[in-house]
Amino acid sequence: MLEVRLSHTLGALSLDVAFEAPKGITVLFGRSGSGKTTIVNAVAGLLRPGTGRIAIGERVLCDTAQRLHLPPHRRRLGYIFQEGRLFPHLSVRQNLRYGQWFAPKSARPADMDRVVEMLGIGDLLARRPGALSGGEKQRVAIGRALLSAPRAILADEPLASLDEARKAEILPYLERLRDEVDIPILYVSHSASEVARLATTVVALDAGRVVAQGRAEEVLGDPAITPLGAREAGAVLAARVVRHHEDGLSELNAGGAALWLPRVDRAEGAELRVRIAAHDVIVARGRPEGLSALNVLPGVVQAVREGAGPGAIVAVDTQAGRVLARITRRAATALALAPGAEVHVVVKAVSVAQADVGAAG
Amino acid sequence: MQDWLSPAEWEAVRLSLRVALWATLFSLPFGLAVAYALARWRFPGREVLNVVVHLPLIMPPVVTGYLLLLAFGIKGPIGGFLDSTLGFTFAFRWTGAALAAGVMAFPFMVRAVRLSIEAVDPKLEQAAATLGASGAWVFLTVTLPLILPGILAGTVLTFAKGMGEFGATITFVSNIPGQTQTIPLAIDLLLETPGGEARAARLAGLSILMAAAALAFSEWMARRVAARVGGR
Repeated sequence: MLEVRLSHTLGALSLDVAFEAPKGITVLFGRSGSGKTTIVNAVAGLLRPGTGRIAIGERVLCDTAQRLHLPPHRRRLGYIFQEGRLFPHLSVRQNLRYGQWFAPKSARPADMDRVVEMLGIGDLLARRPGALSGGEKQRVAIGRALLSAPRAILADEPLASLDEARKAEILPYLERLRDEVDIPILYVSHSASEVARLATTVVALDAGRVVAQGRAEEVLGDPAITPLGAREAGAVLAARVVRHHEDGLSELNAGGAALWLPRVDRAEGAELRVRIAAHDVIVARGRPEGLSALNVLPGVVQAVREGAGPGAIVAVDTQAGRVLARITRRAATALALAPGAEVHVVVKAVSVAQADVGAAG
Repeated sequence: MQDWLSPAEWEAVRLSLRVALWATLFSLPFGLAVAYALARWRFPGREVLNVVVHLPLIMPPVVTGYLLLLAFGIKGPIGGFLDSTLGFTFAFRWTGAALAAGVMAFPFMVRAVRLSIEAVDPKLEQAAATLGASGAWVFLTVTLPLILPGILAGTVLTFAKGMGEFGATITFVSNIPGQTQTIPLAIDLLLETPGGEARAARLAGLSILMAAAALAFSEWMARRVAARVGGR
């Protein structure tokens, strides 16, 4: 468990946060300028906070009350940087081994062969970073951080400098990292779909303050965080693949409710998380008839949040989990949507992209 | 071959090599330290240090030689102290020629190394620190390998400058055959000797040859090192 409590002023940003990151991926989510990178750099020791305390379990890394500030090299944190930062004069193998050199003998570093296999970088070991693609570099950077026997892993938007295809290439490796590694991972992102696929825990930030924190499903279904990116708002449902049908659709089971999606690239029985973008969800008062959409789920309105513009976000609790819908305020008024109202949510199957379907964690 | 240059001229060549070698060996650690400080640290007196290091490049060499004479001469504060305590003398000795060459070449060493340090991305050094490397290890395993081309360039420049230094040397330690008479000083003397032009031309040709060889060697090494650290 990584515990962070910080107050720090940096330029126009006044940061004041407290949160905990358990095992799994904790995503620091928020717009740029909300203080995400500042927090990660303070945890890494690259920045000395005004006041605060940072600890991993019993091990205190920083406590301004005790004037304690461990230098970065004594914190034993694996930092995956946005731009990789591989050492250009070392081979991939030497890059991967760099942290092992300095890890104490008592720390049992991750097994090199296993990490290399997990990240699929066996063919790259003899190469220099200059001869790698962006996606390959990032996989090596993940391996290098992992092999330094860290107490926790920090990742600062590791996918931000990659195109969509490269992101899709790396996301499965990050999911494996989350599921196979037994330490907290603090992961900075401003991408809602990345959060939905990877996060075990979400800490939502706005202007240096924590606006919501908790399990990913709860926080992402909370309309309070939608101002952080209303266009990207969306809830995450846990589901299991039931059957792949011949017409190209996959039948999923989400909390007992059937969910139909375009062919999901997973085996039958696999546990998944599916992100349902709020702008792909329609809310109906009665049960809609004669509709082309396959997914119609009954539910109860849990909250309605109106923004400054013409839009509103409606959170609906269904059997499958909490779903967010982005509708107009006019529609919300016309349908008399208020907490407790019984509605049906409609999700168009083809709108759920492959990038929004990830392994359960 | 032995007839091509007289024994006295061979002596000048040997002396030049020795002077340049020692000047380079001593400039290297100091040059590295000063270049690192100027490139990476902000401290009071940084600008003063920067100016002092570059002064020999800008001042007339005669002035540098005169200042060396004042400080390191047998009656100077530093020269006198070294002479009375350690019995070590700079004045009118080859050691003085090496000191003059080292001081004159120092700005070249510092500039070359400093530029290469400034080209190293501090983010790489941060990354090394997060992987557990202390400051000294970061320098040895990341910074130093990445600045090797700059160090190499600085070393070759310093050596070449050391071979050719004239003004400060002749002012500080005079022109004494076998002690302080390096190639340029020997050429100077030959040019003032009736009938010495031919021998002066031979020495001049030889120094051009050595300078070109040093430059070619450094270019070749720089390419090799750049390829190695460039990540290909």
